Amino acid sequence: MPERASSYAAEVDWAFNFVFWISVFFFALIVILTVVFAIKYRRRPGVEADNSITHNTKLEVFWSVVPLGLVIVIFWFGFSGFVDMRTFPKDAMVVKVHAKMWSWSFEYPNGVESTTLHVPLGQKVKLRMDSSDVLHSFWVPAFRVKQDVVPGRYTYLWFEAIKTGTFRVLCTEYCGTGHSTMLSAVEVQSPEAFKAWMAEESSGKNLSPVERGKKVFSLKGCAGCHTVTKDRKKLVGPGLYGIFGHEVTLAGGKKVLADENYLRESILDPNAKVVNGFPPIMSLIPLKDKELDGVIEYLKSLKD
Amino acid sequence: MTSIPMPEEGTLTTKPVVDETNYLKSAYGIKSWLLTQDHKRIAIMYMIGIGIAFLLGGLFALAVRLELWTPTKTIVEAATYNKLFTLHGAIMTFLVLVPSIPAILGNFVLPMMLGAKDVAFPKLNLLSFYLWLLGAIGFVVVLFAGDLDTGWTFYAPYSIRTQTAVALAATGAFILGFSSILTGLNFMVTIHKMRAKTMGWFRMPLLLWGLYATSVIQIVATPVIGITVGMLFLEKLFHIGFFDPKLGGDPVLFEHFFWFYSHPVVYVMILPAMGVISEIITAMSRKHIFGYTFIAFSSIAIALFGFLVWGHHMFVSGQSSLMSTIFSLLTFSVSIPSAIKVFNWLATMYKGSISLAPPMLFAMGFLFLFGIGGLTGLFLGTLNTDVHLHDTYFIVAHFHYTMMGSALIGLIGGLFFYWPKIFGRMYSHLLGTISFILIFVGFNLTFIPQFLMGSMGMPRRYYNYPPEFQAYHQWSTVGSFVLAAGLFTALWCFIHSLFRGEKAPDNPWGAVTLDWKTSSPPHHHNFDIVPPVTDPYDMDDVYWDEESKGYISRSQQAALQELAAGVSGTQEKNS
Amino acid sequence: MSQAIDSIHGDQGQLSHEPHVAHHFESAEQQYDSAKLGMWVFLVTEILFFSGLFCVYAVYRSLHPEVFLYAHQWLDKGLGALNTVVLIISSFTMAWAVRNAQLGQKKALMINLTLTLVCAGTFMGIKAKEYSQKFEHGTTWGASFHPHDNAFGETHDGGELKKEDMPPNTQLFFSIYFALTGLHGLHVLIGMGLILWLLVRAAKGTFGPEYFTPVDIVGLYWHLVDLIWIFLFPLLYLIH
Ligand code: HEA
Ligand code: HEA
Ligand code: HEC
Ligand code: CUA
Ligand SMILES: [Cu+2]
Repeated sequence: MPERASSYAAEVDWAFNFVFWISVFFFALIVILTVVFAIKYRRRPGVEADNSITHNTKLEVFWSVVPLGLVIVIFWFGFSGFVDMRTFPKDAMVVKVHAKMWSWSFEYPNGVESTTLHVPLGQKVKLRMDSSDVLHSFWVPAFRVKQDVVPGRYTYLWFEAIKTGTFRVLCTEYCGTGHSTMLSAVEVQSPEAFKAWMAEESSGKNLSPVERGKKVFSLKGCAGCHTVTKDRKKLVGPGLYGIFGHEVTLAGGKKVLADENYLRESILDPNAKVVNGFPPIMSLIPLKDKELDGVIEYLKSLKD
Repeated sequence: MTSIPMPEEGTLTTKPVVDETNYLKSAYGIKSWLLTQDHKRIAIMYMIGIGIAFLLGGLFALAVRLELWTPTKTIVEAATYNKLFTLHGAIMTFLVLVPSIPAILGNFVLPMMLGAKDVAFPKLNLLSFYLWLLGAIGFVVVLFAGDLDTGWTFYAPYSIRTQTAVALAATGAFILGFSSILTGLNFMVTIHKMRAKTMGWFRMPLLLWGLYATSVIQIVATPVIGITVGMLFLEKLFHIGFFDPKLGGDPVLFEHFFWFYSHPVVYVMILPAMGVISEIITAMSRKHIFGYTFIAFSSIAIALFGFLVWGHHMFVSGQSSLMSTIFSLLTFSVSIPSAIKVFNWLATMYKGSISLAPPMLFAMGFLFLFGIGGLTGLFLGTLNTDVHLHDTYFIVAHFHYTMMGSALIGLIGGLFFYWPKIFGRMYSHLLGTISFILIFVGFNLTFIPQFLMGSMGMPRRYYNYPPEFQAYHQWSTVGSFVLAAGLFTALWCFIHSLFRGEKAPDNPWGAVTLDWKTSSPPHHHNFDIVPPVTDPYDMDDVYWDEESKGYISRSQQAALQELAAGVSGTQEKNS
Repeated sequence: MSQAIDSIHGDQGQLSHEPHVAHHFESAEQQYDSAKLGMWVFLVTEILFFSGLFCVYAVYRSLHPEVFLYAHQWLDKGLGALNTVVLIISSFTMAWAVRNAQLGQKKALMINLTLTLVCAGTFMGIKAKEYSQKFEHGTTWGASFHPHDNAFGETHDGGELKKEDMPPNTQLFFSIYFALTGLHGLHVLIGMGLILWLLVRAAKGTFGPEYFTPVDIVGLYWHLVDLIWIFLFPLLYLIH
């Protein structure tokens, strides 16, 4: 089990260990009996099996009822822990989580957006999650929480972090090619550090268009499919370094010049012109005018 | 070199002699196989078909394991990796494990265990086989024409959005479903209507109880997956919108439909395997099965409870907490009948006379592996631990222990058990034992690391993974190759036996059920004269005969003598 | 041991088989029983097959009752009721045909089978009319649901459908409508094929008191197809 960083991690581990030791007991029982019998009663000349034993109702009822009792206890531990996970505290801070292929973004009540989740230590946090395309699942192993994110409805989970540090967020519902790179992180900070971070984030509104574009590019998940490095490495979508002003070959062989209008169209109506060799899977990601402008400026800035 | 007259060879090398007392020689030529209505020959065609499918699925698995050798790209791209595990999972479940034991061993022994000449509907039986083949071809076409990258679960809406051949695969799954339904229907009717006159329900061998319970599940659950993949098909081609949130549909509904079938189907895999294990353990221990009635009813209980627990795959899917709670509770109820079986098997070994021939090794391996597979199911049925473990390698390990480690080991053990009956040849016990050791060690080496990394935070279906898990993945990969070596040894052992095996006695293990009271290999019509029905586990009925190196049934002898003495006055032969 | 002898006799008692009895059955009776049980089991699977769609129906009706209330007015109750009557008649003639087969009345058997076939054809004809209306109105399933202006206005029973009243997700109703009636229609077509096959065999004089299993089991199938429609009709056409 990974380290414990949430209020109910200990409870989960307790249940886990409880089941574990019960299992060890029965497993050992099975293995020992199998081996002992196989040796002790191995076939030897002149020794016949004792065929008088065909059943023993008392014994059989006994070994049906004992496991039954045990599983009811196990169920109970699991259930009470589950109830804790699903009873949402009233005083929680609500953070909206947006999942899309293949990135996470987090939105705070005051409008601040981030690609990593920052939470203060000891504060109950409730997540309201939505997906704009397919199923995803939000998992923080250190918190022992997991919840599917379902398109077309909201799902929720809550936790209270009890340890500062950076913990991994993974997507655990298969969602396509980028499933295993749909990662993020939870930063658990002391309440002061969290406040400072929040203040910095919300003040930084006066960015230049390029900076704004850069931010939007990662927040809106573009980076999940496109690289912006010089090697123009392909992910699911084409690498975007130096795209502006270059000629792009479309599916069907037509060539177009990647000017501002082409970029704009590629983003606003992704399937209108599909780049040769790529599947038309980029979905429409709604951008505000200012954001769109920023992204285009940013793409233009990607050159030597 | 003497050889079993397999179709091609028989016609080429030896002069075909039609021999009604050996179903392998009762007719010759490809056509006599492809159009056969003999349940035994159909079983062999399934054996070959399923064997090839298993090989294919296994090769995909090895490719998956190779790719996971390093945390990033090792041999293939992410998209290819996704196709590999999807096809691996889909082939292994739909093409291999769902049909496996019923279609191969069930087909072969079921009518004989009942004292019948064939299943109730032999033509339907052949049709099932061809439907299976058609579905299998569908999957192979998927492989070459369009690929498939949804995971074997086909979850919407990803399956609706992806460009790959979901519609074709859905058609394939639909056809396979039909095949499965028809087999179940056939077996059920056969068991109801074709039992030998004096065989009451409680004189049926336990394998038949297992197969009967399986048929119930096949009949009740499979139509639902049929309509589910049907809807998926309409969704793909016509955008009908039942599961697509863009059109007002609900993806979670798809999950319910999928698991309503796919949970019971895991019991379709395990119940016949449990039946086989029951047969092997009593025969190899030379001891009456312990607690016949409990085992028989636990099969039925598993089949029935199995329908009520599908929601345990969906604890974190967004279904209501109340539903999750109920499903969790019901899930535990299924583990009780399984526990009963395990304890009864152990009790059967107690004070037995245990032979450690390959079938028994596999049966003991089953106890070990099913112990792990089943007990880890408890972690998953427990609500709060499942929240953590869901969709991790812990699950992957759990279901390999149950599907591969238990159900498939049951099949392989069953093959070792029934092989002498099926082909009339013994095999090398040494090779069999070596294959068991390799399989057993390799298997545990492959999947124990997966339990560890799963609980530590390794999600499944991950192409790239956090580097701290690399060591575990590498152990697992090494294990999978040991496992593969073991499986190939088993295959070699079988092939070797076909050509070099000694002639098998009619009853090499001392089992008492009717299928062992015919010749090895059986007559074209199974029996010259149906042997008398006894308690299927009355070990005193058979005794060792040094001359034929096999066991002989007292009751059958007596009946034959009576018959010969003319007491009965009739001596017709089989028509 | 006498029990043992019994079984030997029991299972070996047949010297020559009656015609129509396959070699692996002991008697015509066992064969008939098996076929009948097999058919019943098959019908169970059929019901379960449909019940998948009925579940979809139930889920979406409980989620969006307003959609069903609104959209069902596009369906023509009159035609639906007519089709119900047609199918009930066909069930009756089919039952009669089974009786004819048992009694060996070849001519009556053929007449009744033909009548059943005609009813089935009528049913499909009416269904086709309804379908074509839906296509004209653009009231089709899922993504293709784009009702034209001619879809709105007066309904079949005198009410009025206004475009602005149309609730969101109305396409779901038609997805369900087409899936259910389409699957049912497919079953009717298969049934027609089977009845045709019976007709051909009946003309050859295959059936009589000693062998009528095929007529019997096709009859069972046909009643099931009928029964399903009897559920579909109120579920889709008569919503309050
Ligand atoms: C043959 C196949 C097989 C079998 C037999 C089982 C058996 C069981 N399974 Fe498993 N399961 C799968 C195949 C199988 N499973 C597959 C394929 C998946 C994943 C699919 C996917 O997502 O792709 C899965 C997933 C799965 C989940 C979902 C996890 C998740 O996705 O979050 C759960 C949750 O409850 C579960 C539980 C169980 C339980 C309780 C049993 C029980 O029946 C086990 C009962 C057996 C025992 C308990 C052991 C024997 C008893 C004793 C030794 C006595 C002592 C016992 C007690 C004290 C009770 N399984
Ligand atoms: C019957 C079921 C079955 C079987 C037997 C196996 C067998 C194996 N499986 Fe598989 N597996 C699944 C069912 C099965 N699997 C399913 C359902 C999934 C989920 C897919 C999904 O997520 O959608 C999965 C997923 C899965 C994963 C997870 C992938 C991921 O999540 O990213 C991995 C990874 O290690 C894996 C590995 C293996 C290995 C190494 C074997 C080895 O045991 C294979 C060894 C076999 C061979 C090497 C073939 C040798 C064959 C012969 C020699 C022929 C012999 C013939 C006769 C004896 C007649 N499997
Ligand atoms: C789901 C993956 C995905 C996401 C998320 C995504 N894209 Fe794309 N994008 C693609 C693919 C695939 C293509 C190539 C096919 C096409 O042209 O539609 C593409 C093409 C493009 C192109 C044209 C590239 C060229 O070489 O001509 C631009 C510009 C672009 N995307 C910008 C963006 C921006 C900006 C965002 C975020 C707001 C974004 N993309 C998000 C997958 C994605
Ligand atoms: Cu998102 Cu996997
Ligand atoms: Cu399950």
